[in-house]
Amino acid sequence: MEPVRSQRKLIVNDVVSTLPLYRSAPALEVRLEEFELFALDRLRVLKGISDALSRGRKPEEMEKLAIDLWKTNMRHPQASEVINKDKISHFVLRLVYCRTEDLRKWFLSMETALFRYRFKREKQEAQRALMAEFDLPYKAVSSPEFESVKEKLVLVSRSLGQSSPTADDIFFKVPFEEVPELVAGRRVFISKGHAYIAMSQVVSLVATQFRSHLSKALILTNRKWTTTIAEQEKDRLTPIVEALSSSYLGPDYSQPKEFAQISLKDIDDVAKSSFPLCMRHLFEKLREDHHLKHGGRMQLGLFLKGVGLKLDDALAFWKAEFSRKVGAERFDKEYSYGIRHNYGREGKRTDYTPYSCQKIISSTPGVGDHHGCPYRNFSEENLRAALNKMGVTGRAVGDVMDKVRNRHYQLACTLTFEAVHGSSCDAGINHPNQYFSDSQKIMQSKNQSAA
Amino acid sequence: MTGDEVSKGSDDMMIDEYEQKQGNVVPDGFNSHYLKVYYGKLFPYADIFKWMSYGNDGKHPVCDQSYFSRREFSFTLDNEVYLRFQSFNSMSELENSVKEKCPVKIDIGPVYSVDPSKRHAYAQSGDNVFTPVERELIFDIDMSDYDDVRYCCSGADVCLECWPLMTIAVKVIDTSLRDDFGFSHILWVYSGRRGVHCWVCDGKARRLTNEQRAAIADYFRVYKGNENSHKKVSFTGLALHPFLARSYTEVLMDFFERKLLLSQEIFSTEERYEKILDMIPDPDQSITSELRGKWQEKRRTANSKDDINVVRWEQLKNMLQSGKHKVQGLRRCVEEIVFSFTYPRLDMEVSKHMNHLLKAPFCVHPKTGRVCVPIDPNRCEEFDPTAVPTLSNLLEQLNIGGLRAEVDNEWDRTSLGKSIRFFRSSFLQPLLKSCKEEMESSYNAKLQQSKNSFSW
Ligand code: SF4
Ligand SMILES: [Zn+2]
Repeated sequence: MEPVRSQRKLIVNDVVSTLPLYRSAPALEVRLEEFELFALDRLRVLKGISDALSRGRKPEEMEKLAIDLWKTNMRHPQASEVINKDKISHFVLRLVYCRTEDLRKWFLSMETALFRYRFKREKQEAQRALMAEFDLPYKAVSSPEFESVKEKLVLVSRSLGQSSPTADDIFFKVPFEEVPELVAGRRVFISKGHAYIAMSQVVSLVATQFRSHLSKALILTNRKWTTTIAEQEKDRLTPIVEALSSSYLGPDYSQPKEFAQISLKDIDDVAKSSFPLCMRHLFEKLREDHHLKHGGRMQLGLFLKGVGLKLDDALAFWKAEFSRKVGAERFDKEYSYGIRHNYGREGKRTDYTPYSCQKIISSTPGVGDHHGCPYRNFSEENLRAALNKMGVTGRAVGDVMDKVRNRHYQLACTLTFEAVHGSSCDAGINHPNQYFSDSQKIMQSKNQSAA
Repeated sequence: MTGDEVSKGSDDMMIDEYEQKQGNVVPDGFNSHYLKVYYGKLFPYADIFKWMSYGNDGKHPVCDQSYFSRREFSFTLDNEVYLRFQSFNSMSELENSVKEKCPVKIDIGPVYSVDPSKRHAYAQSGDNVFTPVERELIFDIDMSDYDDVRYCCSGADVCLECWPLMTIAVKVIDTSLRDDFGFSHILWVYSGRRGVHCWVCDGKARRLTNEQRAAIADYFRVYKGNENSHKKVSFTGLALHPFLARSYTEVLMDFFERKLLLSQEIFSTEERYEKILDMIPDPDQSITSELRGKWQEKRRTANSKDDINVVRWEQLKNMLQSGKHKVQGLRRCVEEIVFSFTYPRLDMEVSKHMNHLLKAPFCVHPKTGRVCVPIDPNRCEEFDPTAVPTLSNLLEQLNIGGLRAEVDNEWDRTSLGKSIRFFRSSFLQPLLKSCKEEMESSYNAKLQQSKNSFSW
């Protein structure tokens, strides 16, 4: 599927890693049923990771969970076949997940997460061998240089609550652009454009590389799929790929389905009865302040789109509020563009699906912001008050708070749902639009039985 | 004075009918007549063009002649019409369009893969051909985000008592961009009303991905709270990250104790000091109640020579740092308080995405009439937002010169001259020099490459 690299430098000091970088497709005869079975096994791993992430699991738990998933699903009776299964399943899923931006994004994050957990389990020598395989030209920082920045490196470790580095620890000096997540968390010392990363942080560097290679490869695969493969393989692979992709995608909620269309006059009632706390809060703030900052407009705006508010109504809705604060002209000028944009009328159309819980929980609202997930972002006091306002009281509040303290925000939201609706929600809450549609279903059946 | 009031008397806009001093006093405020004169005689088109071309307007073989024309400009017109995706092939096209449309605001967007005014022609092909490819790394800092820590004004207003908050932001961010991230072509601009903008223009800054931009913005972020949780700054480690530690010792502490403590009278009333006591994690309330006790006794020690804010701050510091109280989390509390009251607050969204628009330097703010002039980060303490050239000053100064034959640099005889000269000598010239060097080296690399490829 892509050119084989001329030299593979897998072996450094005789250390062989079993973690493939998927640079080239395996040139193996694959039986069709294996093709499908392997892919399904890998998909179970990726799905498992995705679910756990959206449940807000901590990084330490995640690593163990991912490795366990891997061990359970990716075994093969013949030891020699394990690595082939790994490669084949990866390449099959590339075909399945290359075809839209949303699919690519999902696949990219899950494969990168998986790679990261597996990389961390490798021995240090194997890790360095993999670095070499990525052609990362970074040499370890020499000891005179280490001494010159040691004081700063100590500060960084202490700020992270880790033990101080010693002269035996290996550091690499890399352009800061290559380790964005370490920069974002201030987990490295940066000087004149270079970040000093510890051996234990190399995973971040390598994962960034892995991600960017895979991202490019997916675009290429997509092109090849549409231009040649789909047609050439129409009797063989194509049906399998189609089946794999349709049966294993969660709903994306970008098109409202069952409860198509809510109208403006009902919106306040519906917000009270069926919005999850994150949206209810934004909605109320908007009514109160007649304004929301960008993050809030996006989170609420896309949710409302998913709920079935039509573009014209959406414009009227936002305008009614914003114009009280900034005037109708400024609204038309500065804000209406963004709303049309969400509905795909202006600008290029990408990524305008309503946000999932995972995305909302991982957002970082700042001063003046009201978006994000309240279970995560509210102080205890504020959260209690908000729950009371939703009609959650007594023991239920305590139960919700317990989940929050353990950082299980979606479980907290699920418990809230159950308390508010007086019925169980076995699937758990994964998406604010799912909260909404589950709530509407319950309300409708209640109305019917009452009638 | 609003635009309406002004325009009544503005038939002869060079003369203010109320001020009888001299014939060349121009009324305050902003209107489109003034703006026309400004765009006609003063706006530095050539400098903006040179800047936005990054050397690609030259003759060098690696020059990308389409570079400037792929840049998005957007105009806000007087009648509230908003024109996005404007683009220009040359300086004179830009100049003519600005003069003709007389926008109250000019925004600058990214450089796209294709000419943004022709984006629809590419829209059909599907593959996202129309996408931003380069953009300065930008920061927007707005005083209205500091409303919980300034007591002199709120919202859109600024005064010399709160302006130091912006000075702090310039110092902290500028130092880090240079020393930590290694950038050198950095332009700071007064936003014309209540904040500052920053443009980082190094080649490698312009080519950052959204993810990398977000990483830098997050690096600068210390506010983990939001509107709905109490604590706004919280440090849990045993030390501060070197960047924060440096900012704290070199800038924040000094400004807090020397300026803001007094000018904002941070401890002067019960409401104000309660806000600070609230930030002390003190489960059995021993510290906070002791301090509160001291402060509520109405100055028994009538030693009122010392400022009450200073006295209370010293008491608080002594309490927290005496080591008597071994409560978890107290260690960083003094730092947390200082950070809360001083540390820069960025509008994160602006910095994170390549396609965010930012107002061009040298625009005139329509509400204040002030010109968005550059700020020298090395002398930012001297910058006075209430003393920047305004549209009416500039017109007066033009009038004093009287009617002259058209000269090239009319701005030279106005107070805008200083700003434009600073823009050129401290920002534009060094920038263009390094653009040239970058082109030279990429050309050499190409030559080398083509040589190598012959060697088979
Ligand atoms: S868990 Fe999901 S739906 Fe519930 S409040 Fe948080 S983000 Fe919203
Ligand atoms: Zn003020």
